Amino acid sequence: MSVMTEITIFVLAAFVGFEVISKVPTTLHTPLMSQTNAIHGIVMLGGLIVVGYANDPLEYVIGTIAIAFGAINIVGGFMVTDRMLGMFSKKPKPKAEDDGKAGK
Amino acid sequence: MIAEAVLKPGGDAATALYIVAFSLFIIGVKRGTHPTTAKQGNMVAAVGMAVAVVTTLLLDGIGNWGLIALGLGIGTAVGVIASVRVKMTEMPQMVALYNGVGGGAVALIAWSEIRHGISLGETIPLDTLIPVLFAAVVGSVSFWGSNIAFAKLQDLIPTRPMAVPGQQVINVVLLIGIIVACVNIATNNGDPSQAVFIGILIAAGLLGNLVVLPIGGADMPVVISLLNAFTGLSAAAAGFALDNVALIVAGTLVGSSGTILTMEMATAMNRSVANVLFAGFGGAPAGGAAGSTEERPHTSIGAQDAAIKLAYADSVVIVPGYGLAVAQAQHAIKEVGDELEKRGVTVSYAIHPVAGRMPGHMNVLLAEADVPYEQLKEMEEINPEMPRTDVAVIVGANDVTNPAAKNDPDSPIAGMPIIEVDQAQQVIVIKRSLSPGFAGIDNDLFYEPNTSMLFADAKQAAADIAAEIQNL
Repeated sequence: MSVMTEITIFVLAAFVGFEVISKVPTTLHTPLMSQTNAIHGIVMLGGLIVVGYANDPLEYVIGTIAIAFGAINIVGGFMVTDRMLGMFSKKPKPKAEDDGKAGK
Repeated sequence: MIAEAVLKPGGDAATALYIVAFSLFIIGVKRGTHPTTAKQGNMVAAVGMAVAVVTTLLLDGIGNWGLIALGLGIGTAVGVIASVRVKMTEMPQMVALYNGVGGGAVALIAWSEIRHGISLGETIPLDTLIPVLFAAVVGSVSFWGSNIAFAKLQDLIPTRPMAVPGQQVINVVLLIGIIVACVNIATNNGDPSQAVFIGILIAAGLLGNLVVLPIGGADMPVVISLLNAFTGLSAAAAGFALDNVALIVAGTLVGSSGTILTMEMATAMNRSVANVLFAGFGGAPAGGAAGSTEERPHTSIGAQDAAIKLAYADSVVIVPGYGLAVAQAQHAIKEVGDELEKRGVTVSYAIHPVAGRMPGHMNVLLAEADVPYEQLKEMEEINPEMPRTDVAVIVGANDVTNPAAKNDPDSPIAGMPIIEVDQAQQVIVIKRSLSPGFAGIDNDLFYEPNTSMLFADAKQAAADIAAEIQNL
């Protein structure tokens, strides 16, 4: 891929990021930060790639730590976000059921 | 079996799968901005991540499977255990920590990449070298900065702004040093010095420490969000270096959406990002105010008096703060709310945008305690109601109720929007002591004639009050 193609992708992605976030309710600031935090765990891909051509002990160690760090970022990030959001979605459901029963 | 599944890096199949992955990220983030779709959005993004990871594992040239398994195993185990065990109150520092390891991974990848380049013995092209340097610097800043943010929120180091003498000068010197070293490496791209590169990593780490240390705990959410955006950008830089389109798009997406989110958070606190980074929270005026507070008269009451005030009120507003979260008092306070409701008292919870330690953090904590969603009122919604409120109960909150933000232009928190409890007929403050809050400044509210202080642990006090109301 040429550098200019990459820069094109970069600029477009930047605008997508700006556009996607607009007027987020404060309630969702923390979960959303946590979710985007998990997404940059994608850097683990870089760890997978560099460990492939690592060829001395130090590079093995660096690469393995990078993969471990990236995996913590991904797995922890998505799970914690899910837990946070689970707190919100739990609430309305039992209510809806109660209402339903009361209706019958 | 792997031989058949191998994908060519940058080839059509791999790129197509990466496109699927980053499309899922974009959809995931978009859904994450609406309350009804947020949980699903997170799942969508996680699926995107799974696609990206599997695609990469199938790439030609991926090897050292033992190390990959080891790294993935350790990382996954730590991630799962940490996120299952973490308490909801500790969520903000958990996010800081995850952000830090992400930045650390970027810096390590940059290091490995430059070692690889050196070992090949050929000139490293600048379109690889420059992103590598950027990733190294920003990744290292983000790693150390996030760790400091974590340590502050976890109370491992003081949350007060810690000023190092000559701070700004040191930062500028470090930054210039980093730039000079980067130029040195870039101009010697035939044979760059690994020692200089390691020097850059260290200097950037030091810079990360020094930038975050002087920032007060109250501003930490904004800092974490900013570092989050930084880590995203550094991941994108790593993508440039490795010619990986998934990294470029995902990293950039986080970088730009994180920047917007940071600005929104800062706006919610009526602070600018520059102000947060360079002003430090509270300096001399804060110290002066804190010194003069010890002897001021205040009214102190017990749980029974508080129960009586509350039970015979028509409307009660509960203002929860971080103290409630630390004391794990959300369930106990909900019980007080329930008892009052039974007696026909109107109860609502006033949520300051930055109550807890991050925007939205308090909503999470109260949702955990099953407080009905419709009783949660945002600041703009509750402030006009305040003059008609009989009793405002402040549980472990401080700065977000400090009238100095409105009345004292010299206060370090001047201009920060507050919950105007001083407008309520009566105020009960449940707090361990008169000590200042996160911003390190005194709260005049405690010394108002219509304010009663109930000195106790928030959880114990709430339980006592609930019991007393039942006995009335």
